[in-house]
Amino acid sequence: MLKAGLRLACPRCTTEVVVVRASADDVMLTCSESVLVSVDSAREGTGHPTIGSDGMLLGKRYVDEPADLELLCTKAGPGALACDGRVLGIRGAKPLPSSD
Amino acid sequence: MDLNLLLDMAVTGYGNRTAVSEGGDALTYAELGRAADLGARLVRRIGADAVIFVGPSHPAYPAALFASAAAGVPFIPLNYRLGREQLQGLMAAHPKALVVSDEPWIGEEMPERARSLRGYLATLRDDRPSPDEPDVVPLSPGQSDDVAVVLHTSGTSGTPKAALLRHRNLASYVFTTVEFANASDEEAALVTVPTYHIAGLANLVSNLYAGRRIVYLEAFDPQGWLETIRSEGITQAMVVPTMLARVVRFLDGADASVPTLRTLAYGGSRMPIPVLEEALARFADTDFVNAYGLTETSSTIALLGPDDHRAALTSNEPGARARLGSVGRVIPSVEVEVRDDDGAPTAGQVPGLIFLRGDQVSGEYAGESALDVDGWFPTGDRGWLDDEGYLFIEGRADDTIIRGGENVSPAEIEDVLMAHPAVADAAVVGLSDDEWGQRIAAVVTIDGDGDAVTPAVLREWVRDHLRSSKTPDLVAFWPELPRTATGKLLRRQILEELSSTLSTENPATS
Repeated sequence: MLKAGLRLACPRCTTEVVVVRASADDVMLTCSESVLVSVDSAREGTGHPTIGSDGMLLGKRYVDEPADLELLCTKAGPGALACDGRVLGIRGAKPLPSSD
Repeated sequence: MDLNLLLDMAVTGYGNRTAVSEGGDALTYAELGRAADLGARLVRRIGADAVIFVGPSHPAYPAALFASAAAGVPFIPLNYRLGREQLQGLMAAHPKALVVSDEPWIGEEMPERARSLRGYLATLRDDRPSPDEPDVVPLSPGQSDDVAVVLHTSGTSGTPKAALLRHRNLASYVFTTVEFANASDEEAALVTVPTYHIAGLANLVSNLYAGRRIVYLEAFDPQGWLETIRSEGITQAMVVPTMLARVVRFLDGADASVPTLRTLAYGGSRMPIPVLEEALARFADTDFVNAYGLTETSSTIALLGPDDHRAALTSNEPGARARLGSVGRVIPSVEVEVRDDDGAPTAGQVPGLIFLRGDQVSGEYAGESALDVDGWFPTGDRGWLDDEGYLFIEGRADDTIIRGGENVSPAEIEDVLMAHPAVADAAVVGLSDDEWGQRIAAVVTIDGDGDAVTPAVLREWVRDHLRSSKTPDLVAFWPELPRTATGKLLRRQILEELSSTLSTENPATS
């Protein structure tokens, strides 16, 4: 089940993410066509080439609006992440003013 | 979603930057990462089940916080200004904790478990794995659902409670409100809020995630604060209202002259409008941000941003102008509802109880959750929303005065009293009364040249600005009002002192 706090990784590259917001359960999350796995799973780490992406950038938030999904990239990698085949975009919302 | 992840990202993203400094002590992000790891091994080695921090702001504070996260045990910062007996009482619940503190009696009482602030950092620096020790002590770092931090609430109108913040609450707050690595190389934040308060904790983790250099100034005084901003090139600062009031008084009409300061955030308690207006004039080139939140909500849930301040200041429309006294709009990741006493949502700017919901909202105390079945947290604050979603806080529901069946918000009367030129500070409380249920009592402090002010003058002032049912039945003059370190009025104490004075004194003083 997809819920906030869940940590996922690409089985074939270095990309790691954490789920920040998720409304739908039954979505397929992929990284260059490999289905994401739990961050604790054994991973081949052989790497794969970047397919149609600038790469996943550390600390950037990626969104899929149809599924109301938001992921935070916690380890950079080639990507690209997709939700049900839709490539995720970088969240472009205006940042909040610094309150701390 | 946990604090370890946050620190890992910072170490990877900008390990060579200075993370935190105080006086001559400093740590880079990479050093903080290493200190967390070595601190966690120390926790494991002595079998500690918590890390208690009793001290002022110092690099040992983030080092101890992240060590507890890496070891998977709760971090418990306590108010170092408390007396020995009170501290012993709070510490008794954690007899196996590692204690980081400069209190001499703590070191004497528990030598195996206690470390001084500097001693703790030094231990970490020297702590190379020895040949007869396994290289890595297995650690089980804190996970999403584990308790990350235990904080004691202010308890200004009741008994302080131990609020539990889980890793997912704090991480969610940071991940959804701060853009990772958004700070440029030269940005530095000056922090003067206490270590044992949610503002001190949230400030720390937000700035680390932004990649900002944190400069701690332990003993606050207006001149030292302004000088540190200039000498350290501070770009961001956070203060509580009492600090800003002292800065404005110190400036005495002069320009603040802090060209590097981009943002000044304030929060922790109610900001008097006259102080804010004066500060906006003295810090003409600085953006102001008002942050409102509670311990139980992992700090900020509503913000009044720089544009909001400017719009309110320059508006001729009373509704827009009044927003300077609001806490702004609720952040996108949190939901708000204002409900009446029967639990129904209010509409049309009607005041009620404020309920909040969101991933950063913990609403949990040792052993019990205050959330309702749908996940809403009753804040205990009363307030209302205007037609554009700006949230106005009236104060704690417990502090509301019920005089002759009418609800009276102390804050409204306090604001009017503080707008009087001779009044420096004001508190309004309800005294029990056989006829009215409660009577309204005001306690004020007077600026130096306010000798001619009498209770009658102030009662008249309130009656002219509000109405007779909100006019204090009694006005007392005190040299000082008791407040917490973040500027919250200690109303319980005021009520007790006022009641005991009244029972022994001639009532004609009013």
